[in-house]
Amino acid sequence: MKTSPAERFASPLWRDRGLAASALAEMERLVAAASAKTGGTVNFMEVCGTHTMAIAASGMRRLFPKGLRMLSGPGCPVCVTSQGDIDRVLALAEIPGVIITTFGDMMKVKGSKGLDLHSMREKGADIRVVYSPLDAVDLAAAEPSRQVVFIGVGFETTAPVIAGAVARAKKAGLKNFSSTAFFKLVPPALELLLSDPENRIHGFMLPGHVSAIIGLEPYRFVAEKYKVPCVVTGFEPMDILAGINMLLKQVVSGRPSVEDEYFRAVKAKGNPAAQALLAEVFKVSEASWRAIGTVKATGLAFSRAYEAFDAVKRFNIPYSDAPEPKGCLCGQILLGKALPPDCPLFGKRCTPSSAVGPCMVSSEGACAAWFKYGG
Amino acid sequence: MAEFTKVLLGHGSGGRLSRDLVEQVFLKGFSNAALAPLEDAAELTLGGARLAFTTDSYVVTPVEFPGADIGRVAVCGTVNDLAVKGAVPAALSAGFILEEGFPAALLRRIVASMRQAAKEAGVEIVTGDTKVVEKGKADGIFINTSGVGLIPKGRSLTSAAVKPGDVIIVSGNLAEHGVAVMNARNKLGLEGGIKSDAVPLNGLIAAALRTPGVRAIRDITRGGLATVLNEVSGACGLSAELEEDAVPVSPAARNACALLGLDPMYVANEGKIVLFVSPAAAPGVLKALRAHKYGRRAAAVGAMLKEKKPQVRLRTGIGGSRIMLMLEGEQLPRIC
Repeated sequence: MKTSPAERFASPLWRDRGLAASALAEMERLVAAASAKTGGTVNFMEVCGTHTMAIAASGMRRLFPKGLRMLSGPGCPVCVTSQGDIDRVLALAEIPGVIITTFGDMMKVKGSKGLDLHSMREKGADIRVVYSPLDAVDLAAAEPSRQVVFIGVGFETTAPVIAGAVARAKKAGLKNFSSTAFFKLVPPALELLLSDPENRIHGFMLPGHVSAIIGLEPYRFVAEKYKVPCVVTGFEPMDILAGINMLLKQVVSGRPSVEDEYFRAVKAKGNPAAQALLAEVFKVSEASWRAIGTVKATGLAFSRAYEAFDAVKRFNIPYSDAPEPKGCLCGQILLGKALPPDCPLFGKRCTPSSAVGPCMVSSEGACAAWFKYGG
Repeated sequence: MAEFTKVLLGHGSGGRLSRDLVEQVFLKGFSNAALAPLEDAAELTLGGARLAFTTDSYVVTPVEFPGADIGRVAVCGTVNDLAVKGAVPAALSAGFILEEGFPAALLRRIVASMRQAAKEAGVEIVTGDTKVVEKGKADGIFINTSGVGLIPKGRSLTSAAVKPGDVIIVSGNLAEHGVAVMNARNKLGLEGGIKSDAVPLNGLIAAALRTPGVRAIRDITRGGLATVLNEVSGACGLSAELEEDAVPVSPAARNACALLGLDPMYVANEGKIVLFVSPAAAPGVLKALRAHKYGRRAAAVGAMLKEKKPQVRLRTGIGGSRIMLMLEGEQLPRIC
């Protein structure tokens, strides 16, 4: 039978109850065997916020066997952005005449003084939600007398799109477009987690979208140096169940490797065109992570050829460390050391409509997922 | 509940913030028995006749989008708010707030579209008002419509009347209006021909009501099915349990939602209703809906249950379960 890509993507088999039941039955057996190896609960981390959401939205947490715990990781772009960088975003929005363009998720993340882009907009700042950074470049072309700043945050998934927008702005000779480059890299984030002596993660469910860009090779050190299983996983319920079972099998066999469950989208080499674009526009640099701090070679900054498009340099916005909101456990949650219900603010003082920390703000945040779907 | 200090965009989302605003400001300010149930239309008794009376304002960018335009939505929305109370729509009003410089040709198209929708619904727009504001003081055009209709003798549809065991029926594919508007507004270029579903549903509702046993009908607009179910659950004190697989969503709309990180259960519709029907009446109501051109994809999607702590719950395709809260704030697309 011939099917369109849309039909294949929407196939009900991805959330088929019978298939799920047999995957869960297998999981039950595998968790028992894996627990014998780990000496207790098997902790896997879903690194990506989209996985966190998908797990919660499918209600599968209640179906997991006892002895398996899925921890959320540092994979929600807004959540990992440091308080200092959020303050820089707000400082940019304060500059008279500047148009801030941003993905919607950034609108409600509070800076250290309790302000967010939403409240800045109410006070009269020109802040526009766009769906693509290319829209921001078009806006700059249409408004030559205004400075247009795009708030670039995220991982290897969003960075190429923003690189493409910056490259287009350069080609068009636009002098009034710039972007922040608060980008983070996933493999160094894994290394940060793994090098923590308290680390208790027995396997990583790796992000499908990021891996579609970078491929499998950058994760090899996780399996080889740290002996921790890795499975690149898709986002449908059956993908996630299959990904967990592949991780469990690696734990049981004691042979960690980097496997690709999401092979319909992720190739071993990744996306060379996107990688080339990233290498042209950006360079590996230090990055400031929430709860972790500024760490060398864990993010991306503009390359010399594109330096002129760095909004932070253009408007001379300095970085200063800022404390996290009081009582907020976002940092611990991002590191897989706590789950959202462990936070005393969760669901009480901190809800999606009046969030304290970014994990409750972002549509990919672990706290938002637990709140919205009940874990 | 957060203290209300100023109006946020989320207060217009149709979700929990909208509810907070209405309860804390309007319900408190206007307090009366007809307003109190906060349903799609108020019920009034005038000279022995029972009337349904409703009003709605329409603001949408762009004003024209695949499948409909602001005018069509303004007529259908108000007709539907009357029809879900079981009323036969009698007449509508239309108030226009126009921004200086708004193109006359576009206004004429919108008016023609309103006339067409009214004709289909069998109502006339019998009174109106026009205001023009300076350029920059409005977004092109805002339309308010009010409507009045007669509720036939012996008919009463209200969320408070929903009973344990009642079947939840949805009249067709969800999420199309919201996705179509978002696609047009942001030039997302999503394929699959997703169009707004804006249609007048008084004919469909009249067909469904021929089978006795319909206890309540709600219009599934802003905030989506999840929000409406939370409102009904609050009004009748029962839980609602849905089967995810039974909820009709077209593959194109499902993909668009997946791509944008939206949940179809929370996306707006303009031509869909949810009915709460006694178990005995459910097969007949479903049959009547499916026989109508606007109810072909009608489906029973769940049931109302008596539980200690009423909640709205979704049994997911894979057999898991999760709660569905009211829409919180605005629906924003995700980053990656």
